[in-house]
Amino acid sequence: MTTSIAQPRDSISTAIKAAAASGRPAVVGFMTAGFPDRAHFAQNLREIAAEADVVEIGVPFSDPMADGATIQRASFASLQGGFTLTWLLHELEAMQPRPQAPVLLMSYLNPLLAFGLERLPEVAKKAGVSGFIIPDLPYEESADMRAALDRVGIALVQMVTPVTPDTRLKMLCAASQGFVYAVTMTGTTGKSVAVPDEVLDYMDRVKSLSPVPVCAGFGIRTAEQVTRMQGHVDGVVVGSALVEVLERGEDPAQFLRSLKS
Amino acid sequence: MKTQALKIDREALLAQTLRGEFPDARGRFGPFGGRYVPETLVPALDRLEQGIRDILPDPAFKAELDMQLRTWVGRPTPLTYAATLSQRWGAEVWLKREDLAHTGAHKINNAIGQGLLAKRLGAKRIVAETGAGQHGVATAAACARLGMPCTVYMGSIDMERQAPNVGRMKLLGAEVVPVTGGDKTLRAAIDEALRDWVSDPNGTFYILGSAVGPHPYPYMVREFQRVIGVEARVQMLAQAGALPDVVVACVGGGSNAIGLFHPFVPDTGVKLLGFEAGGIGPGLGQNAASLAYGTPGVLQGCYSLLLQDEHGQIQETQSVSAGLDYPGVGPEHALLASIGRLGFAASADDESLEALSECSRYEGILPAIETAHAFAGARKYAQKNPGCRILIGLSGRGDKDMPTLQRTLLKGQI
Ligand SMILES: Cc1ncc(COP(=O)(O)O)c(C=O)c1O
Repeated sequence: MTTSIAQPRDSISTAIKAAAASGRPAVVGFMTAGFPDRAHFAQNLREIAAEADVVEIGVPFSDPMADGATIQRASFASLQGGFTLTWLLHELEAMQPRPQAPVLLMSYLNPLLAFGLERLPEVAKKAGVSGFIIPDLPYEESADMRAALDRVGIALVQMVTPVTPDTRLKMLCAASQGFVYAVTMTGTTGKSVAVPDEVLDYMDRVKSLSPVPVCAGFGIRTAEQVTRMQGHVDGVVVGSALVEVLERGEDPAQFLRSLKS
Repeated sequence: MKTQALKIDREALLAQTLRGEFPDARGRFGPFGGRYVPETLVPALDRLEQGIRDILPDPAFKAELDMQLRTWVGRPTPLTYAATLSQRWGAEVWLKREDLAHTGAHKINNAIGQGLLAKRLGAKRIVAETGAGQHGVATAAACARLGMPCTVYMGSIDMERQAPNVGRMKLLGAEVVPVTGGDKTLRAAIDEALRDWVSDPNGTFYILGSAVGPHPYPYMVREFQRVIGVEARVQMLAQAGALPDVVVACVGGGSNAIGLFHPFVPDTGVKLLGFEAGGIGPGLGQNAASLAYGTPGVLQGCYSLLLQDEHGQIQETQSVSAGLDYPGVGPEHALLASIGRLGFAASADDESLEALSECSRYEGILPAIETAHAFAGARKYAQKNPGCRILIGLSGRGDKDMPTLQRTLLKGQI
């Protein structure tokens, strides 16, 4: 709950609101941890964090059921390369200087359960993690995780989708911390979406119900999409497209700048 | 089973189980089960749950399902006395013949049930996963009969080892999509079917083939498969004159097993025994025996026992049987096993193939390789418990397994 001491999760909405105040949607950049390799992780993160307003780090899982081809490929390659959550948290803790933008982890539930809910919050806090997005943890199953993260002031971000009924939408927006992750479409990550008027209407609906900032994600790849979202959301999440930039060995900072112009 | 970390009150859970209190309102079987899915699927699962509550008890639905089961599936399936196996094993062996159900396995009971429900709920399209191909064939057949388009996801390894079933699905009008990602077997096929469903949660209905997945699937699949045990219990009393001492089934995800076991759960004098795929050994990656070697975790929508490493990454499995080659198990089995109501063990590849051979040779029944795991286990149990009365769930026929059998039992013979 709100106290006078700033909590890790507060940094997320602060960063998103700062971008919005400068007249553009915040850019949340997603990268899969340990992809293309573990050796360049810290460098890639630093470059992304210098341009993105918030960074979301994907924790690879053997069964990424909400992800499309790109993030599946990146996750499997990272696991092949020896990725573990323990490695990631060590790496984050050791990073000097710390990434410039707030860091969230996006992880399926099972690797977090295996790490242990008793020690995850404290270790994550020490690593500088401000929030978690857990795509296979619906609100109804989230009490234990929520209580654990609350202990150290780390956000648990809720997702909403175009098929979420209004009453549920209201409940999820009220429960979400840091921001609300508004999934642009029914489907997995990575497909490019046109942004038809219905999507903008849906974003407007989420924004009108949400006490925290709203970020749209899934299928955001181009500056045109970001421009079209302007005014309807507080931020956009760029995932597969950024992972593909890293995969091709291109400059992530330049790509992120192109989305902000 | 490594469930030390779970602090459970076994006696209280057993009492609740015997009173039939699971799943509870949250879709839990004790600590297991639940609904761990992307938010996109939550409204669809809510609708499905409501649909089950409203439609399953509806007399018109029950009459329609009953008619399909009798006149199209061929129920009730017989109970066969296995005279030669009884003599060889020194026991009294009875076989519940799901191999004689239409399309050759128990899977049809669930496929036609979910298909009828999907139709009532206004679904426009069906997706399914399949491992051995039996659930895929059953779903394709049900969709053909009910006039619904059907897409089946199947791992590329399974398409090869269960090739006859791929052709059957195509003839029945289904689109078969090879899955080349992940482990290329059943688990990857379920991941892919879930991704398909996430893309169209309103129009598409996912007919899941085993007692796994998010609530209400494990419950719904059990309800559609219970017919096996309900019939078998009556048939045992009529033909054997008594309940069995022990009921045996193979366990992949657990649908044939829970269907056969469930009506016997309150009969505490009847032992329940599940046999999983022991593959080539007890090490991680050498088998698919989640009850025997698994640890608690969340996979594909449900909290259950899984074959995973210490980092929570699901491990590849190994089994000669495509239908048992899965790193998880249904949540109700996880509960029954952890409270001691269900015994379990693993049958290895080679002893299962041997058991398949024995049943074929001496009873004139070629069982599926999945089913043969139950025979291998039953035989060992009989040898330790002379004279016992055993009921075996003969979950399916082995015709689909010819490619694997030609590489193994028949090697060099044809
Ligand atoms: C004949 C047969 N038995 C058993 C199984 C295993 O599935 P379950 O454990 O859900 O019964 C299969 C799966 O394909 C099968 O085809």
